[in-house]
Amino acid sequence: MLEIKNLHARVEDKEILRGVNLLVKAGEVHAIMGENGSGKSTLAGVLAGRDAYEVTEGEVRFDGKNLLELDPEERAREGIFLAFQYPVEIPGVSNTYFLKAAVNAIRQHRGLPEYDAREFLKLVREKMRLIHMSEDLLKRPVNEGFSGGEKKRNEIFQMAVLDPRLAILDETDSGLDIDALKAVADGVNALRSPDRAIIVITHYQRLLNYIVPDQVHVLMRGRIVKSGGKELALELEEKGYKWLEASVREPQPV
Amino acid sequence: MTTATSTIQELANREYQHGFVTDIESESVPRGLNEDIIRLISAKKREPDWLLDWRLKAFRHWQTMEEPRWWPNLRIGPIDYQDIIYYSAPKPKKKLNSLDEVDPELRRTFEKLGISLDEQKRLAGVAVDAVFDSVSVATTFKKTLAEHGIIFCSFSEAVREHPALVRKYLGSVVPYNDNFFAALNSAVFSDGSFCYIPKGVRCPMELSTYFRINSAGTGQFERTLIIAEEGSYVSYLEGCTAPMRDENQLHAAVVELIAVGERAEIKYSTVQNWYPGDKEGRGGIYNFVTKRGACRGVGSKISWTQVETGSAITWKYPSVILQGDNSIGEFYSVALTNHKQQADTGTKMIHIGKNTRSTIVSKGISAGNGQNTYRGLVKVLKGATGARNYSQCDSLLLGDRCGAHTFPYIEVKNSTAKVEHEASTSKIGEDQIFYCKQRGLSTEDAVNMIVNGFCKQVFLNLPMEFAVEAQKLLGVSLEGSVG
Amino acid sequence: MTEVMERQNTYLAAFERLERELAAAGTPALHRLRKAAAARFAELGFPGPRDEEWRFTPIAPLARIPFEPAPHDRMNGSCSFRIPPLPKGVIVCRLSEAMHKHAALIEQHLARYADWKKHPFVALNTAFVCDGVFVYVPRGIVLEEPLFLDFHAGKDDDGRVWHYRSLVLLGENSQVTLVDNYSGPMECTYFSNAVTEIVVGPGAIVDHYKLQREGDRAFHLAVMQVQIGRAANFSSHAITQGGQWVRNEINAVFENEGGECTLNGLYQANGEQLVDNHTLIDHAHPHCASHELYKGILDGKARGVFNGKIYVRQDAQRTDAKQTNQTLLLSDDATINTKPQLEIYADDVKCTHGATVGQLDAESLFYLRSRGVGLAEARSLLTYAFANDIVSRIKVASVREELERSLLQAHHLPAVDAGEEDA
Repeated sequence: MLEIKNLHARVEDKEILRGVNLLVKAGEVHAIMGENGSGKSTLAGVLAGRDAYEVTEGEVRFDGKNLLELDPEERAREGIFLAFQYPVEIPGVSNTYFLKAAVNAIRQHRGLPEYDAREFLKLVREKMRLIHMSEDLLKRPVNEGFSGGEKKRNEIFQMAVLDPRLAILDETDSGLDIDALKAVADGVNALRSPDRAIIVITHYQRLLNYIVPDQVHVLMRGRIVKSGGKELALELEEKGYKWLEASVREPQPV
Repeated sequence: MTTATSTIQELANREYQHGFVTDIESESVPRGLNEDIIRLISAKKREPDWLLDWRLKAFRHWQTMEEPRWWPNLRIGPIDYQDIIYYSAPKPKKKLNSLDEVDPELRRTFEKLGISLDEQKRLAGVAVDAVFDSVSVATTFKKTLAEHGIIFCSFSEAVREHPALVRKYLGSVVPYNDNFFAALNSAVFSDGSFCYIPKGVRCPMELSTYFRINSAGTGQFERTLIIAEEGSYVSYLEGCTAPMRDENQLHAAVVELIAVGERAEIKYSTVQNWYPGDKEGRGGIYNFVTKRGACRGVGSKISWTQVETGSAITWKYPSVILQGDNSIGEFYSVALTNHKQQADTGTKMIHIGKNTRSTIVSKGISAGNGQNTYRGLVKVLKGATGARNYSQCDSLLLGDRCGAHTFPYIEVKNSTAKVEHEASTSKIGEDQIFYCKQRGLSTEDAVNMIVNGFCKQVFLNLPMEFAVEAQKLLGVSLEGSVG
Repeated sequence: MTEVMERQNTYLAAFERLERELAAAGTPALHRLRKAAAARFAELGFPGPRDEEWRFTPIAPLARIPFEPAPHDRMNGSCSFRIPPLPKGVIVCRLSEAMHKHAALIEQHLARYADWKKHPFVALNTAFVCDGVFVYVPRGIVLEEPLFLDFHAGKDDDGRVWHYRSLVLLGENSQVTLVDNYSGPMECTYFSNAVTEIVVGPGAIVDHYKLQREGDRAFHLAVMQVQIGRAANFSSHAITQGGQWVRNEINAVFENEGGECTLNGLYQANGEQLVDNHTLIDHAHPHCASHELYKGILDGKARGVFNGKIYVRQDAQRTDAKQTNQTLLLSDDATINTKPQLEIYADDVKCTHGATVGQLDAESLFYLRSRGVGLAEARSLLTYAFANDIVSRIKVASVREELERSLLQAHHLPAVDAGEEDA
């Protein structure tokens, strides 16, 4: 579904990604781990099309299409969803209103009829039950005055409603207490499906106790330096990242 | 929500939508201003002597006045007051006996602007007074309203039919010598709307006036007078458009609201979309308006809501004089400036009575080279024990060539008063736009949505039908401002 | 009006009379400056009521009195310093001394910042410039101890005007703390017309405190012009207590990127005092931050004016500016005119301002009373707390403690024990 080849990207003059290779198939959950500054959020931003990043080399294919030449909204309509590390507040615009506009933009792109108010409400209700969202969050302006946990849960709720092909969760666990973390993980697990791939970006192994990945990759200085199964996360938890330093200069595992 | 796929360039070139000219024979007075012109206007309207005297008094006073020294941040070309046609009216084919006899050309003009003069076609909840250049051409639902004792008619008709009321209240809130443009209006005003709500009556429908400038070289000087007696309520709307022309046209109106009795309530909403001029700042309306209300009754209330998207220059400060104890004044405003538009607008809340309250919510949006200024005064006089004011002024900036300015004046002479003012200025965040785009929205839609969210507090105070109109208007006015 | 004209002529006549005497102080270039400034003052005249900057501050009470310039050989007694031992290269001296000893520095900087071409009182001060204070801290030098500068009118100064002038120059990465103290006798009617110019070099830090404790009948007009260099930091705390007619103006300009400016003020007025605070922060460059908090307590028939402008120029992206003015009105006859202004021509900015006017918070009063504190004491306590919000921000311990003591005394509150503060 997603194929990243030798991806290089920079912010202003600083090269952050220095040759990332990654293959994600439908139905899989991949975890990308790394320390602060290793390039995790940059990778998420590049995939979603943040224009602060400049891709200098490499390619990204999504279902065979060249992802890098699409605008952020086109990527979203193609089915890429980014759960933001810092979800943005939009005062005066209610969550429902915002989502309806997004859902219909995506449906239109896919040649489906737009939802009317009743159909949309039905969809929202169904997803609310799935994610255990409270109704009052729907009526409030997008993320405004939400607690950290509410914001993150709202991201997962949006993911449920927008039904993406590929979801990228950028440090969705940061700043959450254990109850909020479980709630978010339950939501994500409910959305696992054979048609959907999920990339979980995180600093800590903790989240992976609840969202069990098929593959774990370690990102260091802009490259994936080690890949493995879910045990790799536990190993990292135990040993830290230091022991991998040496492998930075080694050829990348494919 | 439109999912606009057109390029920004295309959008930027989209034209003002109400810029057409109606080809109709009109009757004008000669260009220029002197006592003879004023006598001529008065004669055409078959006015009583007292009104002519009042006009002349205003004119003589106006001649002694200086044009306001514009605020330093407002740029304005000179106005030649002798180069304006002060009265222009479509030539009546014959005397009108009913709405069906309105000139079909005029009827079509208003249909084109979305204002039907046909009572059947019209949404039942709104009565319209349609003003074309200097005169009122039709007023709908007069009969229905009369059954409730409500008078809703053109100003000229009110002078003929209800002279006592007009004489009692005309100039009682905005005296003829109030300011340069109010004095000019008092001398030459041609028409406008009049409404009177008797004691205890809640007006069963929205009253509205639609102003249309058509003739070239004319100014529009209308006058609106609304009187609400004890325990009555009225909601009044006004809308304005004009053709596209390269020269500037002057619009200097006066609106007086009087909440006479206890608990009388007047809600006045404006959606102003005069021609704003082109991208280079050529042409457009100079909108210099004096709007003021007096809350005379105990517990009376006056509320101004305005959405200002048009005009080359807007210069208006709808105000409330809070005389009655416990009276309430409100001002909700959205002002948008794009291209080279300038807006200098705000309000004055004068607290005189005890426990008077006022609320000000102002949202300014600047795009292109637009300059947007909030200028307001909150004045608490010595006797206004327990007065309260809350003001909030927010500015949103789109692009790097526009400006937002906030000048609140606060003057308090009573120690029990409580006045709070908050203001903020910010740019539409790149991160907000990216967030919306990541959810599949186009840039245009994202900006529209963020702007509408920013204005929501004000839109909530508009009557339903107008709120939709205002949202659309904002969307159209912003097109091409995002790059 | 003619009266005002005559008074303006009083100053000009004094200038002509003293011209030769003035010429002896400083270089010929300096004297040319005086003459130009006197001529400019003659052109500008006193500000009129239609001048937007003077709308709520009547000039007539000041203009009515024909103040005579104080004899400049008496400046000795009126400006004095209390300063720690100074490292090599640092200069703190009387301006008259600097005019001879450091003529090059003076000519390069004096009257280059405070705008005597536009501001009549700066022009007037510049016309009579002969003494005051000169501070120079060269590159890289950090003065840890504050410099205390006193401006003091004497008993025989009734009917006199002092044109105090200060020039403060900070080299790159240097640091200084200044405490200006203005005072004078209670029974004299005199006029302090002060102008201070401060140049904060790149990366330099200036902490400025102004304690204004003039006599009850004094007129006090002080203009401070501050130039803030790249990544420099300027902070000011202006405490206004004395004088019958007071106007403080602070104009701060960011001359380069990355600067920071803090303006805090506290004004307490009673009787028929008039206190006007005018501030302007000119964000002329990107990435600068300013924070402003002015608090006022007005009692009796006092009149307060606050006019704070934040000006953000077109290139000044990433400006972060916050301004707040809060006024407590303790009597029905006290008046406040407040006008916080934002003028913004850049788009990527974060600017807020707020103003509140009112009484002590009823809920807080009730809370204190419900805990057994009497109404009068509860009021005093809350008023003290309101003012102490500014005082507590003062970093010079001796100044802060003295002000805290005088605040507590003024509100008839018991002194705070050191032990209580720690607890």
